[in-house]
Amino acid sequence: MGKGRTREPSVRRRGRQRTRGSLARRETFLFYACISPWLLGLMLFVLWPMIASMVLSLFRWDLLSEARFVGLRNYEKLFARDPLVLQSLKVTAVYTLAYVPIEMVGGLALALVMNQKIRFLGVFRTIYYLPSVLPGVAFVVLWMWILHPDAGLLNTLLSYVGIEGPRWLAHPDWALPGLLLMSLWGLGRSMVIYLASLQGIPKHLYEAAQIDGAGSWPTFWKITLPMLTPTLFFNLVLSVISTFQTFTSAYVATDGGPLDSTLFYVLYIFRQAFTFRSMGYASALAWVLFVIILILTLLIVRSSREWVYYEEEAH
Amino acid sequence: MSVEAGRLKSQGGQLGRSTRGRLSLVFAYVVAVAGAALFLLPLFWMISSSLKPNYQVLEFPPRWLPFPVQWSNYPEALTYVPFGRYALNTLLISVLTILGHVSSCTIVAYGFARLRAPGKDVLFVVLLATMMLPYPVTMIPVYIGFNALGWINTIWPLVVPAFFGNPFYIFLLRQFFMTIPRDLEEAAQIDGASTLQTIWYVLLPVMRPAIATVAVFGFQAAWTDFLQPLIYLHDQSKYTISLGLGFFRSSYDVRWSYLMAASFVTMLPMVIVFFLAQKSFIEGIALTGIKG
Repeated sequence: MGKGRTREPSVRRRGRQRTRGSLARRETFLFYACISPWLLGLMLFVLWPMIASMVLSLFRWDLLSEARFVGLRNYEKLFARDPLVLQSLKVTAVYTLAYVPIEMVGGLALALVMNQKIRFLGVFRTIYYLPSVLPGVAFVVLWMWILHPDAGLLNTLLSYVGIEGPRWLAHPDWALPGLLLMSLWGLGRSMVIYLASLQGIPKHLYEAAQIDGAGSWPTFWKITLPMLTPTLFFNLVLSVISTFQTFTSAYVATDGGPLDSTLFYVLYIFRQAFTFRSMGYASALAWVLFVIILILTLLIVRSSREWVYYEEEAH
Repeated sequence: MSVEAGRLKSQGGQLGRSTRGRLSLVFAYVVAVAGAALFLLPLFWMISSSLKPNYQVLEFPPRWLPFPVQWSNYPEALTYVPFGRYALNTLLISVLTILGHVSSCTIVAYGFARLRAPGKDVLFVVLLATMMLPYPVTMIPVYIGFNALGWINTIWPLVVPAFFGNPFYIFLLRQFFMTIPRDLEEAAQIDGASTLQTIWYVLLPVMRPAIATVAVFGFQAAWTDFLQPLIYLHDQSKYTISLGLGFFRSSYDVRWSYLMAASFVTMLPMVIVFFLAQKSFIEGIALTGIKG
């Protein structure tokens, strides 16, 4: 502890200008020292793999025999000769288009209900959030049983109201909706985010609206929703990205079937890489996934200028 | 409009609002309770099914409560495949990854929150961008790399990357650092403490809730992760609990009472951790979810 004090006089002797320079240099060095684990990880687990993946996509390689350079043939196959690519993209896109809006609107609606100053809020929040922390495989296995065509919970409940439930995961038309229902059990996650965001809206805005005599509907459209848009935006981006990577539910519940009706894109990459050992082709598929997600993210970010409200702009 | 009239109008509004408010509160309770019942129903169904004798499981219409209660499903399901072993494997992986994440992410987050340096803003944007990077994009080359090291079928590919930070946790810890007043560290630095000493003695005690959050998320990730163990672990004796359950599912497809017992046991540690650390979960998710 005494060390710092003895250093001070010598620092003073060198003059203020140089001290500031060397202090800044010391801080720069310290900063890079601090973040070095992450920087190293960035090289090892992000940058290098991305470059390697691009190079690899030009080869045919099963990890055992010699890798063979094939130029753009993997991409040619991907775009022109492999109907399963199109099928898996369709499955993934349809699922994302259905799931993300339902998750956002449903999560928001639940959050708005929870925000009514009801009692036992903590209990309700716990119940809604609990499924989202459960291990994915257990979650999926449970829902396979719920969606069981003959004795499952869902078809039992449907039979009470006189509906004969479909064969869900065993039917090509109903497997994807089945997986969708399954995922909606995890709605609580977005609800928790919206609820926290709702509770962060300054009270004085509502007081001002009340003084102006605004009803609850205009208050929602003019205050609540605009104040929530940054959170909605952030959640939209993350939700699209993660839904596009759906894997566990398809792998465990249906293994892509029946008739490839739940062949999600990442499941197809997994198959090419680890079942067929086509490392080159799988890398090409992975790169296409990256580009698709990048474009989707950029589109959402661009659109956000139109609908996301940032407080700083108003000041 | 006179002051009098304005007051009258606002009073009228208040009255209407309070009855409407009461109605909407009733509506809120109805929705909240119905929704909660709907969210709990699958869990009830799982537990009920896990305790049924096998011949009752596929009965239609099903019984809501098992009779007789078949407790023996649990020991039988859990010895069908070595779930105890899987749980220990998973625990080892979670402890090591949590250790890696906490030690690396705290230091990196400190750098981003407190130090000034050229290039910092750019690197922070890169950090945020990598948060969005889909795992499958880097999955194959990283697998090939670990394969070259001879690490396939070991836990190292699941553990070692944790020591190189994780953008999500770094971001979370950075947000937390930003809420701590600088006075504390400045006092320590005037007393001549080094950066590591400052982090260790001054900041860590204050950061305990944030670090608990990272630990809890890390535990959840290890307990939940499926794709990575699926790729890297091939020996049954090395399986994690999620992988073990998946394997159990594909081998004993039809015994739903066993499957539900095993699923319940797989969920239980997560449920317990969730109840113990609920605050960490919700604050963590709110912190990163909103301030992005």
